[in-house]
Amino acid sequence: MAIEDDVLVVGGGLAGSIAALSAAERDLRVRLVSNEGSTLRSASGLIDLLGYTPDGEGPIVEPFEHLTDLPAGHPYERVGRRAVREALSVFDAVVGDAYAGAHTDANALVPTAGGSIKPTARYPASVAPGLASDPRDTLLVGFERLPGFDAPLAAASLEATGVPFRVRGVTVQFPSIECDDAAITRHARALDLDERVEGVPSRAALAERVRVELDGAARVGFPALLGVDHDEVVRRDLAERLGVAVFEIPGSPPSVPGIRLEERLRSALAHAGVRVTTGVRVVDYEGGRGDSRNAGRRIERVLVERSGRRVPYRADEYVLATGGLVGGGIDSSRAGVREPIFGCHVPHPEDRSEWFADDPFGDHPFARFGLAVDRSLRPLTADGDPEFANLRAVGAVLGGADFAAEKSGSGISIATGYVAGSHAGREAAA
Amino acid sequence: MGRDTEVLVIGGGSTGCGVARDLARRGLAVTLVERGNLTHGTTGRMHGLLHSGGRYAVADRTSARECIAENRILREIAGHCVEETGGLFVDRGDAGGYFEEKLAGCRDAGIPTTVLSGREAREREPALAADVERAIAVPDAAIDPFRLCVANARDATAHGARIETWTEVVDVLREGEEVIGVEVRHESGPGSRVHGRSGSLERITAEYVVNATGPWAGQLAAMADLEVGVRPSKGAMAITNVREVDTVVNACRPKGDADILVPHETTAILGTTDVEVDDPDDYPEEGWEIDLLIEELSKLVPALADARIIRSFWGVRPLYEPPGRGTEDPTDVTRQFFLLDHADRDGVDGMATIVGGKLTTYRLMAERIADHVCAELGVDTSASTAEEPLPGSEEPAALEAEMDRFGLRSPVARRSRQRLGSRSREVLDVDDPNPVVCECEAVTRAELRDAIEDAGSDLNAVRIRTRASMGNCQGGFCARGMAAELHPRYDEPTVRAALDELLEERWRGQRHALWGMGLSQAALNYALGAATMNRDGDPAAADGSIEFDDFDAGQRRPDGGGRQ
Repeated sequence: MAIEDDVLVVGGGLAGSIAALSAAERDLRVRLVSNEGSTLRSASGLIDLLGYTPDGEGPIVEPFEHLTDLPAGHPYERVGRRAVREALSVFDAVVGDAYAGAHTDANALVPTAGGSIKPTARYPASVAPGLASDPRDTLLVGFERLPGFDAPLAAASLEATGVPFRVRGVTVQFPSIECDDAAITRHARALDLDERVEGVPSRAALAERVRVELDGAARVGFPALLGVDHDEVVRRDLAERLGVAVFEIPGSPPSVPGIRLEERLRSALAHAGVRVTTGVRVVDYEGGRGDSRNAGRRIERVLVERSGRRVPYRADEYVLATGGLVGGGIDSSRAGVREPIFGCHVPHPEDRSEWFADDPFGDHPFARFGLAVDRSLRPLTADGDPEFANLRAVGAVLGGADFAAEKSGSGISIATGYVAGSHAGREAAA
Repeated sequence: MGRDTEVLVIGGGSTGCGVARDLARRGLAVTLVERGNLTHGTTGRMHGLLHSGGRYAVADRTSARECIAENRILREIAGHCVEETGGLFVDRGDAGGYFEEKLAGCRDAGIPTTVLSGREAREREPALAADVERAIAVPDAAIDPFRLCVANARDATAHGARIETWTEVVDVLREGEEVIGVEVRHESGPGSRVHGRSGSLERITAEYVVNATGPWAGQLAAMADLEVGVRPSKGAMAITNVREVDTVVNACRPKGDADILVPHETTAILGTTDVEVDDPDDYPEEGWEIDLLIEELSKLVPALADARIIRSFWGVRPLYEPPGRGTEDPTDVTRQFFLLDHADRDGVDGMATIVGGKLTTYRLMAERIADHVCAELGVDTSASTAEEPLPGSEEPAALEAEMDRFGLRSPVARRSRQRLGSRSREVLDVDDPNPVVCECEAVTRAELRDAIEDAGSDLNAVRIRTRASMGNCQGGFCARGMAAELHPRYDEPTVRAALDELLEERWRGQRHALWGMGLSQAALNYALGAATMNRDGDPAAADGSIEFDDFDAGQRRPDGGGRQ
């Protein structure tokens, strides 16, 4: 007995979540299935739209002005500029006050844990007071037992970018943690709970250690660990005790802002009535044949591995949101590059020595590996015909863009998720 | 004669470091120059096998005898660099009479052997293929060439030697028929390397010069107008992310490519190929070589077919054969070493060149050279290197109990102790918090700081001392943390240059093993560096300046409380 829905989204990251929410705008049964934990936990939590052109020009001030200049096959080119704007407002509505940046079309420059700045279109409220175009003098605070963020070095690097303010960095001991190798999330929980050390709550103790270092700074930046569940309370508490603005600097995984975003998306999905099944993997599909050009070829059901058994899930429309090389939506071996669930065509050079550039941050062909799609985001065969009539692909599983170089990953996920989800919803409702 | 030093050694590989240690212990004034890091050439690019001699037992009995003798010595003097894995020559039914030849050769060379049935072999090494019919067990072992070299250099320094890395010989100085020293270029001045510090030239005169530059021996000799017909031969190797075997596995067959697998710390190294090249600095790294390693060796160890390869690398052997032998196939060229005395050979005094040989016999080679140098200089001493343990290998037993004191969780403590040996206490007994910076290889801040004392701002030199950034993530997660340990001793631009260089070196070895999990990890590292950190677009490293006012500066709160 198969599980039956109208729209089935495979993948629970940003793209899959937005696709499911967009499909659920109609009165439909929408289901999202995902592995345990999405790549959001590795991502910064910033919503990059377009920070650099594919030619490397940038940082771009106005991303929307550049969306019409992108090469054919780029995911933004596929969906068009208007859809990108609509999609972003869907995202804005989902996250509400938790994110900022919607008041302007201009990119913001956000300090990174490596001491650079990067252009982004939306940023968590916790990041907002730290923007590099805000000229207030800044103190960065790192923790001795967290080697991922070295505040004095980050401050020196930030200064080297030419920021319009003075910036210093200090390293302090985090109050309530004695263990040398506690995870970032353990720190965040300690602040959530305001754990006491020798009678002193940890937020007060932290503020005390930082206050003596202020020396006129008007804002203080911490690595992004100021609470997972009660981040607003933690930030406000610290800001009041310090008497200055407090902000977070996004950094390496595990990413607390990424975890917060994931939780926010999950609650939006629940609110929209999307059925979410996590901890399972879609491993295969069954489908009917189409004609010689694939026309009419449809996916009938997918097979989900659950406790060692293969359970069929059936829907009218499917959305593939399984991520790229990092997330597992694109797989490779010495023999070549493939999309593992539906076997969709992934264009790539046959010779493996043409998959990479020699420079670590060179123009890597692998960074563009992914599916080619038509304008309604249906994956295409090598001949340019849709693989299936009822499959759409979104987010990092798409090829044609180097999201890391462009700083366009989240924007592509949101825009394609919105377009594919809306299409799937329309088809399923018809 | 008023020379700057008695002996000048060129080359900071195992041979050069071994010569420097030996001569320094004999009381001679020694200067060693190396154009890159210690181990930068051939030593750092080998498969990490401490030979029992079994590989040479049929075709090259002299090398086999030298190997087994040195194998025994290194277990004693360099215990903290050696892992007692044992080795197997396995026969899948295709060895024929060669199996018995191998056995007889081992016996003749004094290499202890045990013959195992296929089942016994699989009991010892469960990863072996089901069709392995029999095997010969020999005392092969794994050795860390980086640690070994650094320990030799450390001991040489402790005995008064001067060791200069990132110091390239630009000319060999001759006065008539005598070599009297060299001119070198220090990339960032003498002493520890510091990125961005300006370089300098130095003339170093010496009473005797030792050319221990391996495959580069010909190029170096040419600077003294001498000719050395070294035949550089490249070999490819690949590293798996986990230790696929616990025993060295050799194919029992006469010769050939892709016939050895060596466990090494948390990994295993597949080797190798043998192709003569013209220039040891410029040769093609070809994907087919890696495919060949996997295809051939997975016949012996089937799990390799789907193993995750984290890196591939190429090394260049310093093969040499005396004039007139005319061997065409490089795999047939002897692995023996040769001391070329240019006085005898070319009528030019004051310099000798060492070629051929292998890491396992580095100490013996060093001793022979040191004996030769002492004879030339009229110094009457003898070597002590076969008896005196290297730094890190003293008092091995006392360590275990000590490790608790450093507050490291047990896998971290165990790995730290393996690397540091008897230096553990000196390095790890710190008052400050000591978090793990490199998770894959369990390297703590204290160990990194100790290495930085020695290595300056050179993160690759820190890497070879600690193994930091050599695990699964290949630096994607830990390289920034390593670089941060350089600050504030070194300023921001120096740290930036050091990190760039480490990332480049790490990428170089990953490029040719980009498929499966390796490609996924590379994509993640790239996304972290570029998307999360914007290292690729960092305005601090780019031309021009940014109009910060054009970008979003945040929004005033509706309650009028100023910016958030």
